[in-house]
Amino acid sequence: MKKLESTWYNMAIVLTLIAVVAGGALGYVNELTKGPIQEIKARQLADGIKKVLCADELDVQAPDTLDNGTVLYATDKGTAVQASDPNGFGGTLTVLVGFDADGVIKGYQILQTSETPGLGAKASDWFQEGGKGCIVGLNPSNANLTVRKDGGDVDAITASTITSRAFLRCVNAAYAAVNDKYADASTGATAKPKH
Amino acid sequence: MNNFKVLLNGIVKENPTFVLLLGMCPTLGTTSSAINGMSMGLATTAVLIFSNIIISLIKNLIPDMVRIPSFIVVIASLVTILQMVMQAYLPDLYATLGLFIPLIVVNCIILGRAEAFAAKNGPVASAFDGIGMGLGFTLGLTLLGAARELLGTGRIFNITLFPEQYGALVFVLAPGAFIALGYLIAIVNRIRKA
Repeated sequence: MKKLESTWYNMAIVLTLIAVVAGGALGYVNELTKGPIQEIKARQLADGIKKVLCADELDVQAPDTLDNGTVLYATDKGTAVQASDPNGFGGTLTVLVGFDADGVIKGYQILQTSETPGLGAKASDWFQEGGKGCIVGLNPSNANLTVRKDGGDVDAITASTITSRAFLRCVNAAYAAVNDKYADASTGATAKPKH
Repeated sequence: MNNFKVLLNGIVKENPTFVLLLGMCPTLGTTSSAINGMSMGLATTAVLIFSNIIISLIKNLIPDMVRIPSFIVVIASLVTILQMVMQAYLPDLYATLGLFIPLIVVNCIILGRAEAFAAKNGPVASAFDGIGMGLGFTLGLTLLGAARELLGTGRIFNITLFPEQYGALVFVLAPGAFIALGYLIAIVNRIRKA
């Protein structure tokens, strides 16, 4: 078949056709994949909440989103909080932190990161149990969760103080959110200061 | 040119990373480790094969003066479809590759091969060109990623070869990407001429 001439008429028709076909294909695939994608996202979040609270079975209540974008997931075994800080080394850092009823950190998981591989990206292990800057088991109400350089109790990741600071800001924001939410609630067991 | 030659052409003679110097942005940006480089290369290969086939099939329907916008619409749609399908049905793969997929749209290898090869050849040869160029790109990125990972952290594919404190941090960061790429191109050219 001969190649189409570059007349105005041909060009307009072809471009329109291509755009319509591409749009149709995108719409169709989007319809097709919307359900599974949502399911996977929900499952990943549920897995994350289970992981940071160290529990296999959980009863998760409806999430509670605060004005600053922090999301609280209250459960029967503590609260998981998703908090972000825009000032990581590579951009926004989002962390899911699990607190038990006393406000003790049970675990964390990095949900979104653009930190430098080999440096700041170590945050996903560094602050875990057994890591050099372990925060698991600490309670932000009686431990100063800032890096040692700033007078705090946590060892910063080597050569990644900015990432460490952003990470700890997330954790502190998460704790503040838990604290605010349950400070005056009548059930009041969560996150009251210990001393 | 037979199909095998087309395939080899992309991997050796016209390797996109070391010879054509196409797609430098993802090359420098995603090769902080060998596995990252390989992932980006494979994701690009997948898109390259499909875009080459589709464009060679519709090449006669597209008037010359509007071929670039037509190619871009086809490529961008393809990338988005690939991303949605992967996210829905291959979530584990998406977790590793997901970050790189949107970058493929702006990768000039895809548009370059559409323009230079697929628009002039049949679908079968174009598919082989896509595979060859894709594998060549994957090879280049994996090599560069491995070199940077080794020099920067003492590991290759997360296997430790020497302790991390002897690594030169600069190779993990952006300036090291330029330095490592420059040396790799020099080495590859030396071998090709020999």
